[in-house]
This record gives sequence, structure tokens and C-alpha cells, in this order.
Amino acid sequence: MNRINKLFQEKKNILSIYYTAGYPNLGDTVAIAEELERSGADLLEIGFPYSDPVADGPVIQASSKTALDGGMTLKLLFEQLKDLRKTVNIPVLLMGYVNPMLQYGVENFCKSCAEVGVDGCIVPDLPMVEYEELYSGVFEANGLTNIFLVTPQTSTERIRKIDGLSNGFIYLLSSSATTGQNLQVSENTEAYFSRIAEMKLNNPTMIGFGISSKETFDKACQYANGAIIGSAFVKSLKSGKVTDSVKDFMKTFKP
Amino acid sequence: MNYFVNEKGYFGDFGGAYIPEMLYPNVEELRTNYLKIIEDEDFQKEFHQLLKDYVGRPSPLYLAKRLSQRYNANIFLKREDLNHTGAHKINNTIGQILLAERLGKKRIIAETGAGQHGVATATVCALRGLECVVYMGEIDIQRQAPNVARMKMLGATVVPATSGSKTLKDATNEAMRDWINNPIDTHYIIGSVVGPHPYPDMVALFQSIISEETKKQLIEQTGNDQPDYVLACVGGGSNAMGMFYHFINDENVKLVAVEAAGKGVDSGHSAATTSLGKEGVLHGSRSILMQTEDGQVIEPYSVSAGLDYPGIGPQHAHLFKTLRGEYVSVTDDESLQAGLLLTQLEGIIPAIESAHALAYLEKMKFTGKENVVVCLSGRGDKDMDTYMKYFGL
Repeated sequence: MNRINKLFQEKKNILSIYYTAGYPNLGDTVAIAEELERSGADLLEIGFPYSDPVADGPVIQASSKTALDGGMTLKLLFEQLKDLRKTVNIPVLLMGYVNPMLQYGVENFCKSCAEVGVDGCIVPDLPMVEYEELYSGVFEANGLTNIFLVTPQTSTERIRKIDGLSNGFIYLLSSSATTGQNLQVSENTEAYFSRIAEMKLNNPTMIGFGISSKETFDKACQYANGAIIGSAFVKSLKSGKVTDSVKDFMKTFKP
Repeated sequence: MNYFVNEKGYFGDFGGAYIPEMLYPNVEELRTNYLKIIEDEDFQKEFHQLLKDYVGRPSPLYLAKRLSQRYNANIFLKREDLNHTGAHKINNTIGQILLAERLGKKRIIAETGAGQHGVATATVCALRGLECVVYMGEIDIQRQAPNVARMKMLGATVVPATSGSKTLKDATNEAMRDWINNPIDTHYIIGSVVGPHPYPDMVALFQSIISEETKKQLIEQTGNDQPDYVLACVGGGSNAMGMFYHFINDENVKLVAVEAAGKGVDSGHSAATTSLGKEGVLHGSRSILMQTEDGQVIEPYSVSAGLDYPGIGPQHAHLFKTLRGEYVSVTDDESLQAGLLLTQLEGIIPAIESAHALAYLEKMKFTGKENVVVCLSGRGDKDMDTYMKYFGL
């Protein structure tokens, strides 16, 4: 069984942390992963930066720019992750936009993921149809899971289709929004989360976008198997001793 | 060969809808409705009425005699510069505002580089009484103060894009983010034949009025609706696609698309996408774009803000790859000289974008018999600062 399926079978209230590779310093990628695991994170999403991240808000966009200016590339990221599995045991996803992946070559990308022990990917601007027709074979051949997003506007029919194509978890967006805003659980949001819960999907769900504190995390866990924190974590990273800022941030979740 | 969009939203290898799930419902709503709405009789009637009475169409096809003499060919100028607001951009914004109304949208967003598309969008929003928000790069806001003032006077809110390079590409990112955050009541009027399907096809349809009229006017003036050459400048490529549209299947008509080489194709300061770019995905479609080996988008450069875009529309990428179109480039200097030449031979001050198309005439060889149509996409009023500085006027 792969690391992601195993995690969801064994745990509830899963805490997933997103951060941008190469931020705050080019060489921080693996140190942050190690410290996150030590401090209690269950799942990691490592972002490979892109110059034009339209789904992201200002915080992740700024971290992407810093990383790119510092010299981060996909090629370098895979070099940095070469020995990842010697020290990191929790599941790891790569998250980024489709163009850098296309230039690296999708097949090469999948092979590199498998080689370093990455478990799957989240590629927000890779359409479902293109994934299904062109890339699902090579993802599967390399043991990678592809995580799809669902928003409050996604139709029931489409959610069923996504559920059928998924093998890991489904990423529920708390609202139709770019990253880095605060989760407001209104009646509408509750109705949406309940609607998803009632669909009894085959895949577990994780809530992301707008989860910034222990309070919003706990709230999200009422409706899903766990939640994902991105911007709030990235914002807390200080370039001095980065592992200290990771520890400090994680203390607020796992006191 | 099919040069037009297929049922999957692709032009050959290019196009598609590479958008995050958050945009899927918006784009899907548009995709399933745009043809139905555009083909509706009432829509067509209202669209053409506004083009006639408000925009001032048909725009003239003018045989430029002194320019023709100079180049030894019959050179016709399609006078999009005479449209209301001064460029071809309004053809598309009129079409899209009528479409937005029929989709029940209350709020309009747009991106703009030099401000021409922003002004054309603010104009139609004033005309129809809809809220208008225009995203514009912070640097462009400083460079294009008169157009910013025009948009504000028209009642639009101009929001500076402060991310990335603070120019057109970033304004487009910000407009997409706005659309993600406002999925229900907002329509995004994209200004060029770029973006996710159906935008490239939809914008081309609205701009195709340019070649539709040109064919009729050529029959009247020459007795033949097929010229030897059709020339237009290309940034994202909306005036070029409008100018090419009804000639694409006339394989005898040579289509020439002129890109901005900036300070020279190999100078590191250029926007010549087909020379410098590779296939990739930007702003929702698979096309050709200027990018690093790692797939990061490269900031383009041109003296002309309207051509300063790192990609081209997917239909252009298809015409380029199939060799149906000839994609060439001219430099800043060549364009500015061509702008001066047209001004002094014909009494028409062209936009620097349009001057790029004119500049390529210098590099062509004619025998005196050819009929050549050049799309004069916009007027040069907005570029007077640049002309003044360059020529020391």
C-alpha cells in the first residue's frame, strides 16, 4: 500500500503543510521537510515555483518569486530531494503549475518523482481531460497519485468523475478563492461540506485554502479527514534559522 | 487542413483550457453558451447596430496611393484606427459586453497593457451601465497616464498589478485571480485571442468583422476579394486574427504576421515570440511562449506596449506551425521609421503597434501588380510621447 492510502487508513485529522521549495533560502527544502515531520505534520506538499501562479495569492506568489530569483528549478529540486527518503517518512506531494512540468517532460517528471520517493502531485492548471487522456498512464506506471481540486461551484456530476479518477484524496477548496485568505465557515460553506460528506465518496477529503490557525484547522476537520495549511505557514518562515520558525509554527498546532 | 477550433477547444496542437478548478464553472458556462448567444438573431442585430452607429463601422479600406508608389504595389489600409476609441479593440468589447449581459453578469473585469483594451472595456461598461474593474501593471500605469485618466473618467476602477514584472502579463494574472474570487456575477473580457477556450475563438469571431468587411470592399475596389498579401501586427494577435479570419481558407492569400523584435531578436530585449518561444502553457492555453529552459515565463520587451506579450494566441501558433501564416518581426527603430513614413506620405499617424505591420513592407519585393492589405489597427495619438522622444519633435 502506498504511503498516502496508508496514512488515511491509520489517521484522522490529518495535518498537511504546504511550502515553496527554495524559500526562504534556496537550500532549505529538505531541512523544512525534516523539521515538519519531527514537529508532527502528517503530509507534505512541496511547491515547485512558477513565474505566473494564477491560483495563488500574494504570499505564495512572493515566496515563488524569491525561490526563482534564488535559482530554484525543477531539476535542482529533484537533486535536493535525492536523499529525501533517508530522513523523511511521511507522504510527500509536489505541487505546481503545468508549464514547468511540460518543459521538464511529463514522463521524465514522473520518473524523477518516483526515483526520489515523491508520492503524488497537485497540478491546479492541468485539466482533467488532458490528465485522463495523456498522462494518467505515466502517472500510474510510476506509482504517482494525482490530486484533484473541488470547489463549492463544482457540480455533483463532476465530483463523481473526479472521485473515479482519484486514488489518494480529494482536495476540497473551502471557497472559490486564491490561496491565503481566511476561512469563513458560513451557512453556504457548511452546506457545501455537508453535501460532499453525503456523497460518500470513495476517496477521503482534505480541506484547503483559508486554513491558517488551530481554530480553522479544527473546524475543517469536522467536515473532512484533515486540512492543508499553506500561506499561513509560508508567511511564518524566517530566513534566519528556518527550522526554529517551523518549530514555533507547529507548536500552535501540536502543543 | 482545419485552421479553426475543433470540438475539444484546440487549434491543431494548441489551445485547450488549462485552468484551475476554481475557474472551471465560469469558463464552462461561457463555453456552452457562447456560440448559441452569438448566433442568435437578436444578438447579431444589436451587435451590428452598435458597430455601425456607435463604433462607426464599416471602417474604410483606403488605397494609400503615395505609399503604394513607394513600395511598387497596391497597398490598402484597413482603417481600424478610425473606430471609436481609436483601435480595433472595441469590436471585441462590444461583442463581449452584449454576451455578458445575456449571461446575467453585473460586473466586468479586464486586463490592459497600454490601456487601449482597458479604455475599450470601460467605454462599453459606461455605455451599458455595468461596473468595470481594469487591472493594469503598476509600471504601465506610470507609462500610460492619459489612458488611465480616460478609464477613470469613464467610471472604471483601475487596479495596479504589483506582482511579478508589473506589466501586461501580471495584469492578466490579477484579472484571473479576481475572476477566481468572484465566480458568479463577474465576466472577464479578455482583450486578445488568448486565454482558455472559448476565448481565442470567441475574440476571433468578434474581430472577424475586419476581414468580412475587407472582402466586400476589395470586390468593390478591385473586383477580386482575394488580395495577394494580408499583413497585421501580432502581440497576442487579435487584430491579426480579425484581419486573417475570412482569408484563412483562401490559400492563395499570403498571411503575414509581424511580431515586435524590440531592440533585435537576439538582443535580449524582444517580443518576437515565434522566433524565441517554445511550446508551453500560459494564461490557460497551450501555445508558443517565451520561457526559460525550466518553463518560467520570460518578460518580453517592445517599444510598443500593445505587442509586449510573451505569448501568441493558440490559433496563431497553429497557423505558424502549419506554415499557413508567415511570422516575421521588425525592430523598434524600423517601426518608428515606418510610422513617420506613413504620417508624411499619407497624413495618417499610426499606433506604433500598427507601424510594425507597415515596417515589414520595406522587406518585401513587389512587381507593381500585387494587392496588399495592411491592418491599420490603431491610431497614434496615444504614442505621441514615444514619437516625440524618438524623433526629437
